[in-house]
Amino acid sequence: MSARRIFTRPARLAAIAPYLWMLLFFLVPFGFVLKISLSQTAIAQPPYVPVFDPMQGFEAIKAAAAELSLENFRLLVSDNLYVLSYLRSLAVAALSTSILLVIGYPIAYGMARLPRQWQATAMMLVIVPFWTSFLIRIYAWINILQHDGLLNKLLLALHLVSAPVVWLSTDSAMYLGMVYSYIPFMILPLYATLAKMDPALLEAASDLGASQRQTFWLVTFPLSLPGVAAGGLLCFIPIVGEFVIPDLLAGSNSLMIGQTLWLEFFTNKDWPVASAAAVILLLLLVVPLLFYDRLQRRELEELR
Amino acid sequence: MMVRGRNTLSPFNAVALALGLAFLYLPIVILVIYSFNASRLVTVWGGWSLRWYIEFFGDRAMLEAALMSFRVAATSATIATLLGTLAAVALSRGERFRGRTLFSGMLYAPLVMPEVITGLALLLLFVAIDAERGFWTVTTAHTTLTMCFVAVVVQSRLGSIERSLEEAAMDLGCGPARAFVAVTLPLILPAIAAGWMLAFTLSLDDLVIASFTTGPGSATLPIRIYSEVRLGVKPEINAICTLVIALIAVVIVVASLASKLSSARSETVAPL
Repeated sequence: MSARRIFTRPARLAAIAPYLWMLLFFLVPFGFVLKISLSQTAIAQPPYVPVFDPMQGFEAIKAAAAELSLENFRLLVSDNLYVLSYLRSLAVAALSTSILLVIGYPIAYGMARLPRQWQATAMMLVIVPFWTSFLIRIYAWINILQHDGLLNKLLLALHLVSAPVVWLSTDSAMYLGMVYSYIPFMILPLYATLAKMDPALLEAASDLGASQRQTFWLVTFPLSLPGVAAGGLLCFIPIVGEFVIPDLLAGSNSLMIGQTLWLEFFTNKDWPVASAAAVILLLLLVVPLLFYDRLQRRELEELR
Repeated sequence: MMVRGRNTLSPFNAVALALGLAFLYLPIVILVIYSFNASRLVTVWGGWSLRWYIEFFGDRAMLEAALMSFRVAATSATIATLLGTLAAVALSRGERFRGRTLFSGMLYAPLVMPEVITGLALLLLFVAIDAERGFWTVTTAHTTLTMCFVAVVVQSRLGSIERSLEEAAMDLGCGPARAFVAVTLPLILPAIAAGWMLAFTLSLDDLVIASFTTGPGSATLPIRIYSEVRLGVKPEINAICTLVIALIAVVIVVASLASKLSSARSETVAPL
């Protein structure tokens, strides 16, 4: 038996503790979300009527199954307010991801073209804000964007505007916050694919007569598509369910689904409807999540 | 037509890079500067002062929240590092095993899963098992999220190590456990340290999951900051945020020193 094989067994044993942890605290809780989403709302603590108690045996389960209520889902798909918030979430995530790609690509491209010894520093500079508190970075923007904040002062001083512009509680402020918070997630995967690219390919393209622009669109960009996909998914998926950024920066007249869920849970104390909203949000994300999972797995399997 | 070499920077690239970095850092710099503002009006500059820092250290509720966040972050980061490292070892050295797909899926999904879902799901679990909500529920929730980040960081490091080193140790008579401790562990130690610090800062930062899983009377710092920020900008918040940034800066410096120690051996850096 080779040394490699001997190492395999204890390595597998290492999986036991994290496996059980993730089953209990990641997978099982989704079962509860599903269960509560099918329950009735009640004024109680906790505020729902349990649908069934599996401890009572099969008969009780059968009886309860007949009483399962799709009421919450019916509410969520029939009420325009909710439907609009799903659509808005998808639209906001799609637009934010596109902006992130347009802004992030040139930065990642610039990083990949830096002299070797500077690249690690540039990468560090992009990562550091990611380590800095998310909430604090959004708060920093509130400082700048408020009515008599620095941005308006600057614009007034430059005579670009004649009266202070309303920035806070607008969609522009929200998109700014999204781009600001998620840009490292877009840049890093893009940079990783661009830095790996073989420069000989670019030389070959230009030897064969391609212009710089053609080289970019025919060689560089297609080869960087895995990075585009990874960066896009890393931004798109969490943005669909984003709560803090729209809550602090966008106006309150149209909500994203993360805000709806939060509102139902904390303000209306309607746990079943909040759970149903979570189930629908998950359904919206199943396809991108599967794509992301495949991408991530391929990436890390390559390393093995 | 001349080909631009790989390591030349066109003016366009340089401008993109510079603007990008300014965009990332300027708001934070402004926040830090304004935390030393003597004026009560957050938008008027009234000279340098430490007034808001003194205010913060007199604010009992804020201090308690900060202490709570610190305890949660340190505890959850430690458990997460242990579990995440075990998971990384299993994934990168365990070859194929039953349930591997589910295992890696469960480890990667929380990295992108919207926090409102993770938070709500965990809360419903805690309510169902009748756990008392407070320190331990938040710590458990943060451990679940951050161990996935640790696993990714450590796994990418494990992937970059020559496995022949472990095999050589075993050919020379080490058992697998001894080979791991003597050869593998020292090589991945910097990644484990970086993983711990990432877990620590992520926990210190989290608002959404903590809001769902905490109980009455045990607010974390982000929860308190959030409730203040909703009411508008306050100079004291600038000071608290600056302190948090300073703390994180120290953590980053330590982490980058740790990864410097390791990059003597290998070029691979594990950023996330």
